[in-house]
Amino acid sequence: MAGNETPAAAAVNYNDRVVLQFTIMTLVWAVVGMGVGVFIAAELIWPGLSMNLPWLSYGRLRPLHTNAVIFAFGGSALIGTSYWVVQRTCQTRLVFDKLAAFTFWGWQAVIVGAAISLPLGYTQAKEYAELEWPLDLLIALVWVSYAVVFFGTIMRRKTPHIYVANWFYGSFILTVAILHIVNSAAIPVSLTKSYSAYGGAVDAMVQWWYGHNAVGFFLTAGFLGMMYYFIPKQVGKPIYSYRLSIVHFWALISIYMWAGPHHLHYTALPDWVQSLGMVFSLILLAPSWGGMINGIMTLSGAWHKLRTDPIIKFLIVSLSFYGMSTFEGPMMSIKTVNALSHYTDWTIGHVHSGALGWVGMITMGSLYVLIPRLVNRESMYSTRLIEIHFWLTTLGVVLYIAAMWVAGVMQGLMWRATDENGILVYSFIESLNATYPFYAVRLAGGVLYLTGILVMVYNSYKTLMGAPAIDLPQPDQPPAPNASTAEVQT
Amino acid sequence: MVNGIFTAICLFAFIGIVIWAYSSRQKTRFEEAARLPLMDDTDVLEKIREKGL
Repeated sequence: MAGNETPAAAAVNYNDRVVLQFTIMTLVWAVVGMGVGVFIAAELIWPGLSMNLPWLSYGRLRPLHTNAVIFAFGGSALIGTSYWVVQRTCQTRLVFDKLAAFTFWGWQAVIVGAAISLPLGYTQAKEYAELEWPLDLLIALVWVSYAVVFFGTIMRRKTPHIYVANWFYGSFILTVAILHIVNSAAIPVSLTKSYSAYGGAVDAMVQWWYGHNAVGFFLTAGFLGMMYYFIPKQVGKPIYSYRLSIVHFWALISIYMWAGPHHLHYTALPDWVQSLGMVFSLILLAPSWGGMINGIMTLSGAWHKLRTDPIIKFLIVSLSFYGMSTFEGPMMSIKTVNALSHYTDWTIGHVHSGALGWVGMITMGSLYVLIPRLVNRESMYSTRLIEIHFWLTTLGVVLYIAAMWVAGVMQGLMWRATDENGILVYSFIESLNATYPFYAVRLAGGVLYLTGILVMVYNSYKTLMGAPAIDLPQPDQPPAPNASTAEVQT
Repeated sequence: MVNGIFTAICLFAFIGIVIWAYSSRQKTRFEEAARLPLMDDTDVLEKIREKGL
């Protein structure tokens, strides 16, 4: 695996091969994961689509969808970009080429294992931690190797500072290791079956400590690492406030840890734990918005780029969705609001405003910065196609989350409606019937989003294969003086 | 009692981090750090040559 880098790095001999591998698989898993998402969205409208095959039933494909988008698409994007960022900001080559290659092949093996075992019905039945114990062991092994490669590279850095993006990536790596190992503790009874090491309410508490911190560290801290590198890179200016980024980091990681119990309001969990979860979720608004403001304000003085550069549109709109969903989340964690929203499609809408809006768009924007650099080019094959992708994505997300908000609030109100005698007005099936039109709008949003991904795959393919650019980015910008693209030779 | 002490420790730790981050002593250090993502290969090369690495 070693010594096969692209010539992008002249000064330091960077390991970009593994970055390229993860980048390509990010795109592949985006198509797979979001494709499965569109399919199960269609199944909710036309249940006959499963053709009575158990492997295609909603209950088995839904965890496949979530695992594929979070761990396959999101995970590959995070590991790939973190390898790029840590090398550039530490100005040193990634340590242990073979171990880095193992993290790539090991992670892909986990995903293939998930894609086979989940449709077959093997599951630990813990949300976002469904995989059975043999795959859990492989994840732990890959993740520890990833930590060794990442922190080993930081230890060998040539720069005096550890850039803030690496702090976010580092906290994501460490925390996910702890979360995964603790929550996946299980007693195996056969190769394909195990029981959780915890029981009852404790099991639920551990699961949502894991579950919410998967959101907080996998889907937030990791992608904030991406944000803190790729926004300054594309805007061409340092982050708005480095000091704010430090406060942002410590506040975010300290508070996220305690927010998990809001997933278990009005359950067997002790009441004080529920209130604690709610209070910490509310406090979480402050660091979340601090980070969002820090990212968006990096554009100050360069706002015109938002009009002309579709990559910056991706990056900044992703932060807007981040702000929206980190406002919505604390609101939904308030127990009285949660009494309405929980178990409805509002939750699904909230998750997707974070996942499609924040995680998806920050990844796409970052990859559009990264992909040309991986093959030593100045820009993507087509900037116009990035623009088209941006609008498909934005429209898709808006349709999706608006439909789920309306559906969710409607479901919540219908489920709690009682007549003057205290008898429920609606049966469950009536609320389901009323949801159908919104499921159709959601499917339309999902199809648009997936179409955007296909546009990106085409554009990336052309870029990676070396097709000459058909349109140039930022037409309003005068070329910089001394714009020499000559490679620096050592 | 223990809860109160822990809350106070967390509060002071947070205030401490804010004071540290915004103190003028860290200013140049942080400005340097903030520029790390903007270094392209040319800058990197110069820096490495300066240091004789």
